[in-house]
Amino acid sequence: MLRSLKGLVCRSLRLDRGCALHTAARDGLSSVSSQDVPAERPRAVFHTSESDPAKHTEQHEARLYNIPLEEVKAVFPHGLPHRFQQQIQTFNEARVMVRKPALELLAYLRGSNFAHPAVRYVIYGERGTGKTMTLCHVLHYCSRQGWLVLHIPDAHLWVKNCKELLQSSYKKDRLDQPLQASAWLKNFKTSNERFLQEIKTQKKYMWGKQESTEEGRPLGEVVEQGLARVRSATDAVGVVLREIKQQSHRGSFRLLVAVDGVNALWGRTTLRKEDKSPVSPEELTLVHNLRKMLRNDWSGGAIVTTLSQTGSLFKPSSAYTPQELLGKEGFDALDPFVPISVPNYSPREFESCYGYYLERKWLQHEKAHTEDGKAELRFLSGSNPRQLDRLAGPL
Amino acid sequence: MLLCQTLRLFCITTAVQRKNVGASGPEKYTEAFIKKQIEEFNLGKRHLANMMGEDPETFTQEDIDRAIAYLFPSGLFNKKARPLMKPPSEVFPEQRKIQWGEDGRPFHFLFYTGKQSYYSLMHETYEKFLNVQKHQDQLIAEDLPLQKEKRNLAGSRWLTKIELEEMLLEKVSDDDYTRFIQLLQKLVALPCADIEEKYIQKFSKEVPVQLQKVVIEPLQYDERGVAFSTGEGKRKTARATAVIYDNGTGKITVNGIDILHYFPVLQDREQLLFPFQFLGRIGKHDMVCTVSGGGRSAQAGAIRLASAKALRSFVTEKEVEFMRQAGLLTVDPRVKERKKPGQEGPRRKFTWKKR
Repeated sequence: MLRSLKGLVCRSLRLDRGCALHTAARDGLSSVSSQDVPAERPRAVFHTSESDPAKHTEQHEARLYNIPLEEVKAVFPHGLPHRFQQQIQTFNEARVMVRKPALELLAYLRGSNFAHPAVRYVIYGERGTGKTMTLCHVLHYCSRQGWLVLHIPDAHLWVKNCKELLQSSYKKDRLDQPLQASAWLKNFKTSNERFLQEIKTQKKYMWGKQESTEEGRPLGEVVEQGLARVRSATDAVGVVLREIKQQSHRGSFRLLVAVDGVNALWGRTTLRKEDKSPVSPEELTLVHNLRKMLRNDWSGGAIVTTLSQTGSLFKPSSAYTPQELLGKEGFDALDPFVPISVPNYSPREFESCYGYYLERKWLQHEKAHTEDGKAELRFLSGSNPRQLDRLAGPL
Repeated sequence: MLLCQTLRLFCITTAVQRKNVGASGPEKYTEAFIKKQIEEFNLGKRHLANMMGEDPETFTQEDIDRAIAYLFPSGLFNKKARPLMKPPSEVFPEQRKIQWGEDGRPFHFLFYTGKQSYYSLMHETYEKFLNVQKHQDQLIAEDLPLQKEKRNLAGSRWLTKIELEEMLLEKVSDDDYTRFIQLLQKLVALPCADIEEKYIQKFSKEVPVQLQKVVIEPLQYDERGVAFSTGEGKRKTARATAVIYDNGTGKITVNGIDILHYFPVLQDREQLLFPFQFLGRIGKHDMVCTVSGGGRSAQAGAIRLASAKALRSFVTEKEVEFMRQAGLLTVDPRVKERKKPGQEGPRRKFTWKKR
């Protein structure tokens, strides 16, 4: 009898975990078992049950909030950092830390006037400080708010390691990348299902000699066309981008353009044409269309981008400022923009992350539980999120 | 000059040795010969001073060395092979001057024992021993208390066999040496041995204690009132200096760059962490260091040594001793070994081919 009650108790505790005031639950259960209740209290410090980013404020800073796994699959088919995806699989939950840069960005987004041209935000910082995670946080907020999210997970993937380059049928001197385009279209479809039915095309598009999409058809058809005919996938992407840009100022939906690793669009590529001459980014159709999106000549949304040195080509590893990574061309193209810097963990954030690892029993080493171990981890990782993650792995 | 005469003398010596196989040892010098050498040396010294334009009265041995190095520059690697001008007492090894007079009669009464100095020393020491015993008996007879001040044997040691040989100017065998030391110990063991203290001191030497040599500098204070201390360290070819400030947050800067950027490898950062972790002061100090030379591992080791030396000022003596035993304060003597001719590397030999 007592055992079954205990089981019920544990389950109900897990459901409303992280609540700073578990009053009713605790009162009812204090008579049954007292061991679980003290374990809940430390958890409350660095977790928050607020899983809607719209309600995140400074109060929630340095705390981790949970994204339900179904939402993760819907909102982030691509775009989460690889290590974070592994962590989700291991812990069976997706916990994202609420940090100051993200809160800043959310405040700007809330207060922005959508009649004005889209404001560009550039998230920059040193390696491994959490720029992509900030971007994902903002993405989650926007998708919860019902925006149309145009998320390019890593622009570097489009300028390097491309196996197939086709000459574009639309413009002679441009090159198509069918594989990358089709992969992106697939993920775009998963994340923005309902918009694909709502938005209608405004022009007739010809795919080659026979196939065409009429005016007024839902955008979903264009996407299907791109997925079915891989050769025209790049053009399909171009069409999608164009339509969305033209219709965003009408106000029926908000558009968020989120690009990770935007410095790839203005750098150099490692691709070569058949005559071994190097390809410059303008010659790639995908890059060309994306650059048009990033111009602030449209309204009704926002552009949030991240700089990334890790995948960048021909840039020194110590470069992290917008000037260094974008180069003159990119800087002029993106100017004016709002820079948002992402620093290493503050002491509070470090405590929070460390506590989370402890709680999920990720740190198995006995010494890791002590104060000395914590100080050691802090020293060796330099409060850098990526370093801490890599350090905590083998422990 | 003196040098040419020395050379001539050595040539003659070897020629003589080749003819007389039975002649043992180097040629013995007469006292008159040595005296003549000293006169010639002094004269030569005054001539040299004149040549160099210095005052002959205040011409020291260092001045002589410098003058000779200037007048006879030599590129030879072996310092002993270069031209030198030293007082004859250094050039001619202390040897026994010829022990017998014009008529062939030896001066010392123990000459025909073969080891005259050793036996005379033993006789002397035993005489002292008997003296002390007599004094002791006297005191017992007069019912006076015997002085019991023990010599501090901890900080002193007896002469070694080689030092004894140098003192006596003749060979001493192991058994003889042991017997002499035993006699000395018996002498010292007597309660009234203080009378012959001066005689015993001739045969004992001080042993300096290891730890007294290390001096820990006190803390210095900068303009803000924060305590800081400096330390230097080296490893292979890297040299580092570290300045550690108190009341810090654990921030470390190397050559103006944060350690996370300067040492991307975890191993190097662990090396830097070691002294602080050992003392349990990880987040308490700030450090600013400069390092040059060497590779990444050598630089990390050099900074580790420098920071450990700087931390000595902040810490009690016991903890300094712990650090020393942990090896944090020792300079790592390992350097790159030289490549030898006939081998591919310091140890690796060329591939051996059977034919």
